[in-house]
Amino acid sequence: MARQRVVVDPITRIEGHLRIEVQAENGRIADAWASSTQFRGIETIMEGRDPRDAWAFTQRICGVCTVVHAVASLRAVEDALDIVIPPNANIIRNLVHGMQFVQDHTIHFYHLHALDWVDVVSALSADPNQTARIARQVSPWPNNSASYFRAVQDRVRTFVQSGQLGIFTNGYWGHPAYKLPPEVNLLAVAHYLEALDWQRDVIRLHAIFGGKNPHPNFVVGGMASAINLDSTATINAERLTDIKDMIVRARQFVEQVYFPDLVAIAGFYKDWASIGGGTGNYLTPGEFPEADVRDLDSLYFPRGVILDKNLEEVLPYDHMKVKEYVTHSWYEYSGGNDVGLHPYEGETTPKYTGPPTPWQYLQDHDQYTWMKAPRYDDRPMEVGPLARMLVAYASGHDGAQELVGEVLGRLRVGPAALFSTLGRTAARCIETVLIARRMEKWFDDLIVRIKSGDTATFSQQNWDPSTWPAEAQGYGYLDAPRGSLGHWVQISNGKISRYQCVVPSTWNCSPRDVHGEIGPYEAALTDNHPLAIPDQPIEILRTIHSFDPCMACGVHVIDAQGNPVTEVKVQ
Amino acid sequence: MLLPSSHPWAVGETLGEHLEERGVSRRDFLAYCAELGAVLGLSSMMTPKIAKALQSQQRPSVVWIQLQECTGCVESVIRTNHPTVGDLVLDVISLDYNHTLMAAAGDAAEGALHQAMEDNRGGYVLLVTGSVPTKEDGIYTTIAGRTAKEILEEAAEGAAAVLAVGACAHWGNIQAARPNPTGAVGVSAIVKDKPVVNIAGCPPIADIVTATVAHFLTFGSLPALDFDGRPMFAYGKRIHDQCPRRAHFDAGQFVEKFDDEAARKGWCLYRVGCKGPATFSPCPIIQWNNTTSWPIGAGHPCIGCTERNFWDTMTPFYNRLPDIAGFGVERRVDTIGAALAVGVTAGVAAHAVATGIHRARQRKDLPVVEKEVNRG
Repeated sequence: MARQRVVVDPITRIEGHLRIEVQAENGRIADAWASSTQFRGIETIMEGRDPRDAWAFTQRICGVCTVVHAVASLRAVEDALDIVIPPNANIIRNLVHGMQFVQDHTIHFYHLHALDWVDVVSALSADPNQTARIARQVSPWPNNSASYFRAVQDRVRTFVQSGQLGIFTNGYWGHPAYKLPPEVNLLAVAHYLEALDWQRDVIRLHAIFGGKNPHPNFVVGGMASAINLDSTATINAERLTDIKDMIVRARQFVEQVYFPDLVAIAGFYKDWASIGGGTGNYLTPGEFPEADVRDLDSLYFPRGVILDKNLEEVLPYDHMKVKEYVTHSWYEYSGGNDVGLHPYEGETTPKYTGPPTPWQYLQDHDQYTWMKAPRYDDRPMEVGPLARMLVAYASGHDGAQELVGEVLGRLRVGPAALFSTLGRTAARCIETVLIARRMEKWFDDLIVRIKSGDTATFSQQNWDPSTWPAEAQGYGYLDAPRGSLGHWVQISNGKISRYQCVVPSTWNCSPRDVHGEIGPYEAALTDNHPLAIPDQPIEILRTIHSFDPCMACGVHVIDAQGNPVTEVKVQ
Repeated sequence: MLLPSSHPWAVGETLGEHLEERGVSRRDFLAYCAELGAVLGLSSMMTPKIAKALQSQQRPSVVWIQLQECTGCVESVIRTNHPTVGDLVLDVISLDYNHTLMAAAGDAAEGALHQAMEDNRGGYVLLVTGSVPTKEDGIYTTIAGRTAKEILEEAAEGAAAVLAVGACAHWGNIQAARPNPTGAVGVSAIVKDKPVVNIAGCPPIADIVTATVAHFLTFGSLPALDFDGRPMFAYGKRIHDQCPRRAHFDAGQFVEKFDDEAARKGWCLYRVGCKGPATFSPCPIIQWNNTTSWPIGAGHPCIGCTERNFWDTMTPFYNRLPDIAGFGVERRVDTIGAALAVGVTAGVAAHAVATGIHRARQRKDLPVVEKEVNRG
């Protein structure tokens, strides 16, 4: 039987613009191409800027990951300028980043991913009494009542009957791949709505420390929000109490709604524990330093690399082994497109070679994306929640071992099930619970410090450019919700001369490299992957969404192509 | 917690009938209309008119296209409080196309877009986030194989109103910062045949977006706009003139470094780079995230994100305004600034106020009193 070409563009319920092309044969996917179709191309924008402004520029790479580029940038600049931030500032950054994880992962599950597994229309035929019974069996959440679920069902029914389906228009309702009973569909729809309200509340933590969300404010050297228990204009007892309550509500929702829903839904989709695995290589730079960011032993989630699904061995991570290829991307390198470049030598010169619009197929062209192809030790690597939880699990992290063990036990599957679409989605939920719990400790640590009289949130060390060396460079690592993030900055005479980012979705949405080896999305889509009805590509959405794509992040948007004096002659 | 209605919106039902079904009394409804009017800066005399307009509406079609952007504006809007996003999407509007939230993908998604535009031709509200790259025939942003420019032109043609949400759609934002390699422009550079409302900010406050939509649905017209297409009800005043720390500016009480004693007392952030004197935004009034706080309230200077070209005109962010190219050349202050500020803080304050006047003079609707001051 001939292969059938299928194009899914736009992939919706993601950040940014992603196009997937596959070739399907006998209900399976035989080959896949992932194309990022947006380039914001601000190569020279960082050049000549004040490095203390860099966090605000790089933050605008992404409004979903609104914390991560800012903090990675701060770490890079603070590394370059040898600035050690006060412990309180480190705790506050962990709380802000922690809430980013908790809120973002929960939104991903309910609002970006759930409709791949949950049939909204089916929820209309549910018995709300049964839904309440199921819900009470798995969770003490106070809204688990029949009247509550009935009210949701009535609301959705009238919405559907109005004929104005809004965001649910043309969904794949009734597709045979939907397996949940109506009662579980209703449970998930109810929590879809509840999560919308919950996220709006808990993210206010960002407004208290950073003034607003999205795009809260930070400052090189610490945080701008001063602590003074006796002022109305600062972090005081009223603000701290508000924060504490948000952390409690975050943990409650994650433990009593998200986690039970994940386990309940996963139980009906266990076949997806052998679908969509992909590269089998996993990388994490580690995250949540509980002391200075340079103290790698203090990382709550450990750093490491796993190759070929081998959980027996966690290898050390060395950022000098990172290289990016552009052989199949719309860029060109001055030294030829078959070489890989480390970020310290990185180049971003766009060169579109694709067909004129409107496109029919990109798969017929050697270059097919604005995404570069990062490789670690010349291998494609998956990054993100699954990489983090696998490295933590294999490293003997108590929390990860406990929760991974619990999920595997309740689903009655072995660790091999983790290498899959379902494993990726489960890992995201597991780490959300771990972080929500850990935030309580960070908050308590902050209180203890304030009690002891330490209210410092900012280090004045090396704030003044006159104290900076003529030349400096720094590396800021960060493990973001979607995976490994690195910022590299070079500063010359007080100004940025080069800025490089290697970003989670660049790793995961990578195209083929010089050796023709496919990237993680492409590998997952061709790993035992079904596609039952080509014009209703729900299976493709499941696997792609399990990575939580963030395309604006992935494309090299903010790479300063500086011309340091030493390199001018090379050009 | 969101309490789902036991009486969802029925076919052909008006808002008034719908709210009555939900147990909302006439009195509560009028109170809501009064609050909405307050956000919009309207007299209480207008409350009955708002009520009448809202009551007669059925869910209007809203088409939201996302172009060259970071999705931060969508994230901002889903933090909206009045109404909440759940109520907004299920009860208030029919959000017929939005990549971040819609169930369908690929051809099914594009089918939904074209169906909505056809069914509601001339009647749908178009929200646009993201800029439009114009270089290389617009190849830098494509959706379904078509360029952002083409998509915008098609969607704007049948729209009843066009709202450019966020700094990217407003003027191009960071993509358009020096040297703007993709040729990014805002919506109003492409859509020339109808007015475009610019909801400024990176991102804008959610409630301004929803209030602007409500204004259009209520009055059938767009709100009054300033010289840059921004609604006056939101962007009519400078941050500096609404700032709760203004008294410290006038008294010459400044934060000199972050976390110094002045910072711990909540003094003025002007000397650590605050751009409030040159920025028109309701941040101090509406605030962020359900009035939790706002940038200056959390101790960080305003970076001026509601102003065109702020990445180039407001940077370095931590330098005080007079050091910024394009500002500080004037020696004019208004009478209030002159009387209070100059005596205390000399040239520093004079420069700051001057930048506000510099902007204000471009706004013909704002009365400006000017006075020469002979010091720098």
